[in-house]
Amino acid sequence: MKNTIFRPTIFSILYLFLFSLSSMSGAGVEVRKFSAPEQERRYHKLVDEIRCLVCQNQNLADSNSQLALDLRNKIFTMVKSNKTNQQVIDYMVERYGEFVLYNPPLDPVTSFLWLPPFILLFAGTIILLINIRNRNKAKPVELSDADHARSQKLLEDKDNNS
Amino acid sequence: MLRYLIPLGLFVILVIFLAIGLQNDPRYVPSPLIDKPAPDFSLPRLFSPTTTFGPTQLKGKVWILNTWTSDCVGCRQEHPYLLELSKMKQINLIGLNYRDSNILAINLLKKHGNPYQVVVTDQDGSVGIDYGVYAVPETFIIDKTGIIRFKHIGPLLPDEINKTVLPLIKKLNEETG
Repeated sequence: MKNTIFRPTIFSILYLFLFSLSSMSGAGVEVRKFSAPEQERRYHKLVDEIRCLVCQNQNLADSNSQLALDLRNKIFTMVKSNKTNQQVIDYMVERYGEFVLYNPPLDPVTSFLWLPPFILLFAGTIILLINIRNRNKAKPVELSDADHARSQKLLEDKDNNS
Repeated sequence: MLRYLIPLGLFVILVIFLAIGLQNDPRYVPSPLIDKPAPDFSLPRLFSPTTTFGPTQLKGKVWILNTWTSDCVGCRQEHPYLLELSKMKQINLIGLNYRDSNILAINLLKKHGNPYQVVVTDQDGSVGIDYGVYAVPETFIIDKTGIIRFKHIGPLLPDEINKTVLPLIKKLNEETG
């Protein structure tokens, strides 16, 4: 009895989770009217990619803060007046710095962020190759006549015991 | 031996980086506006909304721009120190009342004292955006040529005032504008 109640609950929770995931990227609570679907696409891309500095682990689309709302409005007007994505991004970076970008460009400072994974991959590959080569080169251990005789004796003993 | 020392060494380096990272305040985001011209504005004054005020009226002077609201805790915390600061010589303290109600702002200054030479009202927050304001109170110091030389995020407390603000203002006042 307990089980029949429990199962549907688990499934409904999973379903809720599924739906919450699907609506996440389309956030930005306000109703916006765009003259072209292309503008709407760009608007959603931009509010997804720009960080809200008030609640730092949220993007502009997810944040409820006043500043996020102001910046969404700003992006909306900029997109409507046909500013390019780059112009909007430059506008934000000029004021808040590159920290607002969830997808920071590769430059001397951010290279510390971008390069280590590739360096680690490269170093790992080299170490792996060296290990494989050493293993192939390693010669099998040579047994002396005494060793052979001893192993022979051990095998015979085993046969006798069983 | 080496095969144990290398991972240990890497681990120690990682711990050092993490320890340094823990010392940093994630709320403090360095402003890209340092050493850039202070964005221009022309905003209504809090105490006489029909007249406007802007940075052009301060050309040739070293000035402090302090962003605040009547409902912000950090602003109340720094308020007495701003009052003290405003009594000193060669201090031009300008208040930017950010996204606030004029009545509440005026009431607060009447009740607790007004440290500002001029207070301007940024009701739609657009000048705040130009200055990259994201956590009131924020304080900027602007030199004689209109360049932002310093930004402080959070309440401006005596330690910061004595160690950084006053020496910097002294230095900037000696520069030729």
